Amino acid sequence: MEPPQTSSAVTLRVNGVRHRLRDLDHRTTVLDALREHLGLTGAKKGCDHAQCGACTVLVDGRRANSCLLLAVAYDGAEVTTVEGLADGDALHPLQEAFLVRDGFQCGYCTPGQLCSAVGMIAEAGGGAPSVVTPPGTAAAGAPVPLSPEEIRERMSGNLCRCGAYGNIVAAVEDVTR
Amino acid sequence: MSDPGPVRLEGREKVTGTARYAAEHTPPGTAYAWPVPAAVPRGRVVAVDAGAALAEPGAVAVLTHENAPRLKRVDDDTLLVLQNDQVPHRGWYVALAVADTPEAARAMAAAVRVSYAPEEHDVVLTPGHPRLYVPEKANAGVPGSRERGDFDGAYASAPVRVDATYTTHALHNHPMEPHATTARWEDGRLVAYDSCQGANAVQETLAGLFGVDKGRITVVAEHVGGGFGCKGTPRPQVVLAAMAARHTGRPVRLALPRAQLAAVVGHRAPLVQRLRLGAGEDGVISALAHEVTTHTSTVREFVEQAAVPSRAMYVSPNSRTTHRVVALDVPSPSWMRAPGEAPGMYALECAMDELACAAGVDPVELRVRNDTAAEPDSGKPYSSRHLVECLREGARRFGWEARDPRPRSRAEGRLLVGTGVASSYYPVFHMPSSAEAHVTETGRYRVRINATDIGTGARTVVALIAAEALGVALDRVAVEIGSSDLPAAWLAGGSGGTGSWGWAVHKACRALNAMVDARGGTVPPGGLTATADTADDIPSDPPHAMASFGAQFAEVTVDTDTGEVRVRRLLGVFAAGRILNARTARSQFIGGMTMGVGMALLEGSTMDPRFGDFAERDLASYHVPTHADVRGIEAHWIDETDPLLNPMGSKGIGEIGIVGTAAAIANAVHHATGVRVRDLPVLPEKVLG
Repeated sequence: MEPPQTSSAVTLRVNGVRHRLRDLDHRTTVLDALREHLGLTGAKKGCDHAQCGACTVLVDGRRANSCLLLAVAYDGAEVTTVEGLADGDALHPLQEAFLVRDGFQCGYCTPGQLCSAVGMIAEAGGGAPSVVTPPGTAAAGAPVPLSPEEIRERMSGNLCRCGAYGNIVAAVEDVTR
Repeated sequence: MSDPGPVRLEGREKVTGTARYAAEHTPPGTAYAWPVPAAVPRGRVVAVDAGAALAEPGAVAVLTHENAPRLKRVDDDTLLVLQNDQVPHRGWYVALAVADTPEAARAMAAAVRVSYAPEEHDVVLTPGHPRLYVPEKANAGVPGSRERGDFDGAYASAPVRVDATYTTHALHNHPMEPHATTARWEDGRLVAYDSCQGANAVQETLAGLFGVDKGRITVVAEHVGGGFGCKGTPRPQVVLAAMAARHTGRPVRLALPRAQLAAVVGHRAPLVQRLRLGAGEDGVISALAHEVTTHTSTVREFVEQAAVPSRAMYVSPNSRTTHRVVALDVPSPSWMRAPGEAPGMYALECAMDELACAAGVDPVELRVRNDTAAEPDSGKPYSSRHLVECLREGARRFGWEARDPRPRSRAEGRLLVGTGVASSYYPVFHMPSSAEAHVTETGRYRVRINATDIGTGARTVVALIAAEALGVALDRVAVEIGSSDLPAAWLAGGSGGTGSWGWAVHKACRALNAMVDARGGTVPPGGLTATADTADDIPSDPPHAMASFGAQFAEVTVDTDTGEVRVRRLLGVFAAGRILNARTARSQFIGGMTMGVGMALLEGSTMDPRFGDFAERDLASYHVPTHADVRGIEAHWIDETDPLLNPMGSKGIGEIGIVGTAAAIANAVHHATGVRVRDLPVLPEKVLG
């Protein structure tokens, strides 16, 4: 009997650039593929158990905890990391707002907060309700307005031990208002 | 409008993901390590079978106490890893797997077979534990026990008395970046990228452990993902990484798994605090006893100095402040944001609220009546103390005047609403530091100092202090921090960074200006460099007591069906010397208050009596505040001019934000419900009783 296959070729398209990982260990997460194989250390490892959100990236346009995704299962996926948010030297409006509002201190949760906010704004814009969305406030599929309460609820998968939450919400509001 | 302060100098790197933390430096050939924690609460390692681990593809080595490099003893035995067969507590590291990839290292660690000879263990802190003793010193070198006047007599004759015991459970720092090191040896030189609060402390400790001249060791901590005390002292990851790099001849990366942190990076110890306040009918305190019972480990004595605030806060002519500690088979406790002050002020400020109720005095007014111009325990006058101003200003901003003091006096549907107040306090520490200032022929400045920015805004405030001392614009000053190759400086701890670093930077910059002036204002080719050291400037026994003060006001709602407590508003006013950067200072205050919300309502770790393990070891079980828990947190400050502090007139602000928050919230819960919860965190079942 053949020994079980433990690695595969995996292709990820990251921030618009195609990367072919020719012999990737099946145990490798998307997070470790980014950090250890592609040199993209923006996404952080805070818990490795999808409990803190520091590793949040966008996978095929949706936010995801990349520490829980096995890269081999995401062959061909489109990944956006914090390194891909800016347009050249021009920061993404959320990055600019985080700077001005001091929406971070140590900076370790920041890439996850930023990617999560980008995904969250798109989700609300696509009409996805949250647990705090009052029933009947928006027609099915219509954008959900992002009140501070909505932002806090939808961003609660991203922990910040420095306690920059108030400033992060203000930064998101600066962009969504 | 007041100056909002500059944005963080490294802000762009942090929001674009280019700031590199300790685990993000990967020298060619880097191997990955994964530790094996002890699976018994006490005993001895009988055998380590590494056969299966070494058979894993990609295996490099398994280090155990039998083959690991020998270490010399330093002043912290928690760092003597893999040196003998002893297991002093569960989670103590007994082996280290090293492999070509992180996946292989993890698999190897799981495959290491360790046999133990377990021994009886004792891990439960009880107020009557037979091995309790009074330590000579508690943390920060404070006396373990102090008596002034005649507490027993004064308390017995006091017309109003409060006798209450408050309990708190172990707390975990949990910075977002777990401890990590990337280490490599080259030609007898060690370079370690380490997630720490002070590279000099790590460098000196490694020099001692490995018997290497510290000039041959470089520790880099350019960006650090939070610390809150648990990275203030060197931790096992840097020792293990350096050992593994020496053993394998390769660079080694060790990033600790989150769930292992509770056992190896310190914790705030559980505390039992008995407060007795005796006062006149007017609420003025005549007798104060603050008696603390806590645990330490058998490896290292650390005593949380929780009675210390009662030596500093209020008039107390007759006082007893004591600590008792027992060494249990538990992980070693250590610094967590405002060690001593945070839990001590929770107990004292709740007791003050109980005294206010007992005496029928408004809680703000009670604190004003017990204000003191001199530190009661030392008798030294405060260099500046604006507690009363903080209380008054906070009361005004919060709308305290309209408060009905009766519990359960305010309801909104099924919610009960209450408000509470507490004082904040944190002492000022200055530690010797050195710095270098350089000016180029073209008038560009460079300041070098081994300050550490763990998120406080250190890099930015160092530049601000330099620019002001030099008398030039901020954008003409470049700053280098975060490496032991720079002029040595105090670590980011004890809220003493800005004062200690700033003092040295200020001195170097003034010396540089004097050099330029001596040359008639010209700078020669190659520039000029001035260095400074504050070792002789900082008085060892200053004639004044120095501390930051503040007042925090909380409004909570309590759901009468579920018992859920929510903080609706939290307002702090602080008097903390001159605020040097409003933008980052506000973040420090609200960040501390946010951690205080966690302490009040969410955080608590349980020692499992049978397994000797903290039951809540990860972020799914140990709850820290998240976005939805935090609303309406405001921080303000009053201008304080104090020339007795340091050349900047600054006090520390990194820790005072967490001091008093839990008491303000617990007092608000009592006001809302009439239920006095004396055990943190204030969980629904305790409120519903």
